[in-house]
Amino acid sequence: MKETQIQDHATLAEAFIQDEERVNWHDGALWFIREKRDLAAKKIPEWENLREVASQIKHNVISNLHDYLVQFEENLTRNGVTVHWAADAAEHNAIVYSILKAKEITQMVKSKSMLTEECHLNEYLAERGISVINSDLGEYIQQIDNEPPSHIVLPCIHKRKEEIGALFHEHLGSEKGLSDPTLLTRVARKHLRNVFMTRRAALTGVNFAVAETGEYVVCTNEGNADMGAHLSEVQIASMGLEKIIPQKKHLSIFLRVLARSATGQPITIYSSHYRKPRPGQEMHLILVDAGRTRQLARPDFRDSLKCIKCGSCMNTCPVYRKSGGLSYHNTISGPIGAILAPNLDMKKHADLPYASTLCGSCSNVCPVKINIHDQLYKWRQVIVKEGYAGYTKALGMKTMAWTLSSPGNFTKAGKAGRWFMQNLPFMINNKFNPWYKQRELPEGPEESFAEWYAQNHEKEEPVYK
Amino acid sequence: MTVGLFVPCYVNQFYPKAAKATLQLLEKLGLEVDYPTQQTCCGQPMANSGFEHLTTDCNENFIRNFAQYDYIVAPSASCVLHVKEHLSSARQPENAALIREKVYELVEFLTDVIEVERLDAVFPHKVGLHQSCHGLRGLHLSQMSELNAPYFSKPEQLLNLVKGLEQVTLDRRDECCGFGGTFCVAEEAVSVKMGKDRVTDHSKNGAEYITSSDLSCLMHLEGILNRQKSNVKVVHIAEILNASL
Repeated sequence: MKETQIQDHATLAEAFIQDEERVNWHDGALWFIREKRDLAAKKIPEWENLREVASQIKHNVISNLHDYLVQFEENLTRNGVTVHWAADAAEHNAIVYSILKAKEITQMVKSKSMLTEECHLNEYLAERGISVINSDLGEYIQQIDNEPPSHIVLPCIHKRKEEIGALFHEHLGSEKGLSDPTLLTRVARKHLRNVFMTRRAALTGVNFAVAETGEYVVCTNEGNADMGAHLSEVQIASMGLEKIIPQKKHLSIFLRVLARSATGQPITIYSSHYRKPRPGQEMHLILVDAGRTRQLARPDFRDSLKCIKCGSCMNTCPVYRKSGGLSYHNTISGPIGAILAPNLDMKKHADLPYASTLCGSCSNVCPVKINIHDQLYKWRQVIVKEGYAGYTKALGMKTMAWTLSSPGNFTKAGKAGRWFMQNLPFMINNKFNPWYKQRELPEGPEESFAEWYAQNHEKEEPVYK
Repeated sequence: MTVGLFVPCYVNQFYPKAAKATLQLLEKLGLEVDYPTQQTCCGQPMANSGFEHLTTDCNENFIRNFAQYDYIVAPSASCVLHVKEHLSSARQPENAALIREKVYELVEFLTDVIEVERLDAVFPHKVGLHQSCHGLRGLHLSQMSELNAPYFSKPEQLLNLVKGLEQVTLDRRDECCGFGGTFCVAEEAVSVKMGKDRVTDHSKNGAEYITSSDLSCLMHLEGILNRQKSNVKVVHIAEILNASL
């Protein structure tokens, strides 16, 4: 943990928290969305049933992934879409590059896709002379600021409108001091319209891929995926293997739970179905593994692949709200990111399952009922066993376990808080004690309960021999 | 019916008043209560940090101390949840399974097993109820705000029986306080910020006392309140339910 990593979640979170006023605002903005989500969910009497059905459908999907993927591929091919398979980020990026290179395309527009963020596609293409503009407003802002998204649905939720105004002033030449969201959006739109008109290639993510029909659905509120795709000569879609749903009718579950969970909307403004290329257009779809089958093989963690990327676990997570998405140092942040990331690189992300109080709110809002907080607990066990938890911490735990496991050791350890004050990691009474930095220590009582009981309660035979 | 009183290690050491109140309250209600003196800890501090494999001896000791009772009751939702979810034993799997069934947090024991309808308690103060996450989402002591499901609250049901007590309404009725076991030091900045925000919610809504069925949350909130030199105090729910004038 802290011993082995320089910039772990705790360190980055502490830096974020320095500006307490910003944290309060960030926390409030996300809590507002959580409340909108609650209202939307509670307007539907069958909400909890929808979650259960969505979870079961995804259970079916990840249990029969091979068959659905093959079916999906067959239908895509029949529809005239070229299908590519990528084992990892490198393969994915190389495929995108080869498609663009064949057409001598040097500029591409891309709608929101966490997968391509995960693959660092933009950087890869930039090195090869291809420029990519992100067309989702939040991602566009993050790209201008050369920062990754901090939230999967609300990429720049950590930025205030004044900061966005300053960025636009610096990079897009808008007037100084502009901070009205509508006016800022107009500035971005003017620039993006030109991008849509001039890009021959458009890449989109995929929200749901229907195995039965070979179509895929992209959900946006801005219509940016559509404008890119409809004006393109080459349309590329990148999707993780787990984005499959078996039948078109299942969208009637997923489209309902997705938008309500994400933002409290009844449905996203655009739920666009893409099925076959227009005359003269090329369509490609890249199916990406990048660690997903490895996660599928982990019985305790495979359910994380049910995720439909709504972001509701982030909005509800108090740790996320107080620490900001970038403190998770992973493309997918928040509780879901903390159970996905260790699968990708356990050493690098060993801190993330610990960036939680295990409060369980994430599991309760999850529209596909992933037991996120249980998986966080289980990842901790794995991380310790694999040796990534840090030597000091392990040592402390062994002493604690030894003392707490035997009545003799426990009694010898001392009266009324003495042992605790010396040995519990949060009670160590010195200037390095993080507890004491902003909190008083509990006042040790005159006597412990056990001492009081021995002296004051009626004497009886010990209850066991 | 004999109840085995499970007093979590840190309650024993730091908050004996809550344990005394639990014992006295159960006895007042006519129950026979034993305190097995060789008990230590449920093992949660290790397990939640990823060291569940170090808790074997804790588990065996727990089973030795508590297997014989009809019910096991503790003034701590968090420790009870840990026992319910994680107590295991290769040597005595049946006893471990039985204990997982008969271990209760105090509030749910009073509402669900004893079905208390009347208390002689008096506590003439404004009180904010802090829902501990393990009590709320683990033991379902109250309905969780995330779910579309009918509201109920077992601690409120009991607090309503206390004379003179006025419950304050919070802006966020079941937000985590940020204690989280070793999280409170490993993620000190986030933990404290979460705690400060909970404290503010209670104090700005007029609470004189913050109560909870978990002292670990209260220890953390008390540390913040005392540092702020606040007048707001923390008190375990057992002490309120056992309070007289």
